[in-house]
Amino acid sequence: MKKTLFDKVWDAHVVHQIEAGPDVLFIDRHMVHEVTSPVAFLGLKNRKIGVLYAQRTFATADHNTPTINQHLPVEDPLSANQLAALEKNAKEHNISYWGLGHEKNGIVHVVGPEYGITLPGATIVCGDSHTSTHGAFGAIAFGIGTSEVEMVLASQCIMQPKPKKMRITVDGALQKGVSPKDVALFIISQLSTSGATGYFVEYAGSTFRDMSMEGRMTVCNLSIEMGARGGMIAPDQKTFEYIQGREFTPKGNDWDTAMNYWSTLHTDEGAAFDKEFFFDGSSIEPMITFGTNPGMGIGIQKSIPQAENSGKATYEKSLNYMGFSQGDEMIGKKIDFVFLGSCTNGRIEDFRAFSEIVKGRKKADHVTAWLVPGSHQVRKAIENEGLLQILEEAGFELREPGCSACLAMNDDKIPAGKYAVSTSNRNFEGRQGPGARTLLASPIMAAAAAVTGQVTDPRTLL
Amino acid sequence: MAYEKFTVLQSTAVPLPIENVDTDQIIPARFLKATERKGFGDNLFRDWRYNQDNTPKADFVLNNPTFSGKILVGGKNFGSGSSREHAAWAVYDYGFRCVVSSFFADIFKNNCLNIGVLPVQVSESFLSLIFDAIEKNPNTSMTVDLPNQTITLDEIGKHENFDINPYKKENLQNGYDDIDYLLNLKEQIKDFAQNRPF
Ligand code: SF4
Repeated sequence: MKKTLFDKVWDAHVVHQIEAGPDVLFIDRHMVHEVTSPVAFLGLKNRKIGVLYAQRTFATADHNTPTINQHLPVEDPLSANQLAALEKNAKEHNISYWGLGHEKNGIVHVVGPEYGITLPGATIVCGDSHTSTHGAFGAIAFGIGTSEVEMVLASQCIMQPKPKKMRITVDGALQKGVSPKDVALFIISQLSTSGATGYFVEYAGSTFRDMSMEGRMTVCNLSIEMGARGGMIAPDQKTFEYIQGREFTPKGNDWDTAMNYWSTLHTDEGAAFDKEFFFDGSSIEPMITFGTNPGMGIGIQKSIPQAENSGKATYEKSLNYMGFSQGDEMIGKKIDFVFLGSCTNGRIEDFRAFSEIVKGRKKADHVTAWLVPGSHQVRKAIENEGLLQILEEAGFELREPGCSACLAMNDDKIPAGKYAVSTSNRNFEGRQGPGARTLLASPIMAAAAAVTGQVTDPRTLL
Repeated sequence: MAYEKFTVLQSTAVPLPIENVDTDQIIPARFLKATERKGFGDNLFRDWRYNQDNTPKADFVLNNPTFSGKILVGGKNFGSGSSREHAAWAVYDYGFRCVVSSFFADIFKNNCLNIGVLPVQVSESFLSLIFDAIEKNPNTSMTVDLPNQTITLDEIGKHENFDINPYKKENLQNGYDDIDYLLNLKEQIKDFAQNRPF
């Protein structure tokens, strides 16, 4: 039978099929962080059971951590308590734990690939919806709730009905100044935030093949923003080169065996999808969002569209929150904050892109910029590649790694009413702080906004 | 965590006719700092419900005594965004046992089913009918019948069927959770794990 990439990986993990029910799916790798895990560990305790395979779970602190002075005790008592709980739970159950200040610490979805925890053909889950990031390697990776975190700890399995399959094919070379983030925001603007609900997406076509692993991660990361459970890309030479030799990747004979298997991981010619979309990559423009969900994005040269009849009230509520009007141009809108970071765009390539624009320029005086690397490894690379100097000369500071203003659980909150150009993934009301107004964009668009103090087409600065 | 079994629920409902209600609205991230599952209901829809000085916003539906009940009715694409189960906990802890919408985001729906909140997906037209009925009469009563998979507007007698996975249905009716099931499969899981290449 002809199978899709998704079918091959899914079917290889089904431990048990429940009649007219979900599949019992084996999970190869499980990432946990401080926010969505404590109640799961508490659940184990109440049931008086332990963790079945501790070596398959990895813990890192990221969601709730400060991005300055990480060497000092965490000030917020509630955050400190959550971090302490993670450390205690990890130790008690013999789970690798990369806490605050640890050299391997960083955002779950950034450190997973960095250390080879993320592998092609694996199933990977985490109590965070952007777990879809790991799909860039040809893994089935998706976010789960806390009850499911408990299931994985207890049994290394979760119960999931098999999703439907969607393929999104984008072909063509991207224009200069157009990044993987723009491709993803473009797709979401076409499909809407619920367009892929119930589906697992495979991204195919030359546009994705030509992307770096970092770029593919950005695309897969945003799958959830169109409602998809996850997204994946068939592994290729680039994938194998990226993972080879990393700490947790198979070595020696195991590597060869794995490679044999991985080379079968692609969609067979003629395999069926439940839904397909095709787009032309060469016509995608740099994108920016103007509303309060990631589907409300437009090409930077366009103006804010008129409301359609259905959903008009919600649309108007959204623009009202943003302080924008239908027909407004985005270019020239004054901004107050810039956030470069998150598991969407907090990797080295993103810092390279940002630096390229700000090099030799100066941060606009009225703009506050938070540059937050996705991990210590990213931070080190920024230093080693000389980017730190470029950033500092342009008036920027580099913070310490964590989720930061992506979800604003720590002190990195955008104040009410202020505008932030952000490289993260969600522009929901209050996502970056109560009353904060978020414009999602690529790292170079963020850089262009940081140096001009307003929304700017980054292509004019290249 | 054990939850109340769900069979037939008859109740008035709270209307929230907004589309794309995301989990950051249901419970903002800054309220996710607990290490126990307690008190999340107080922060349900926190930023829509309270001003920054913590005074209630009079125009938000949860602050309007005219509307009450164990059923929350939301606009299309309810629960999009983050995987935080805290959103479902907040809904449950506030006192809702059922959420009705014409479309649910996947993870939120799954989380609800796992903790004893029944997500009922109805057609767009039935959803409008519900919103209209509640607008006309805030005391409109609805019956959600899980065994028969129907939702009925009691006064006018109109009803619609809804889908639910049979396995999840049985769990909800009995108050079971998946972990009990998985623990029973442990030996099978262990055999499976031995053959994983990584
Ligand atoms: S950066 Fe944002 S989306 Fe990514 S893991 Fe952290 S909170 Fe989740």
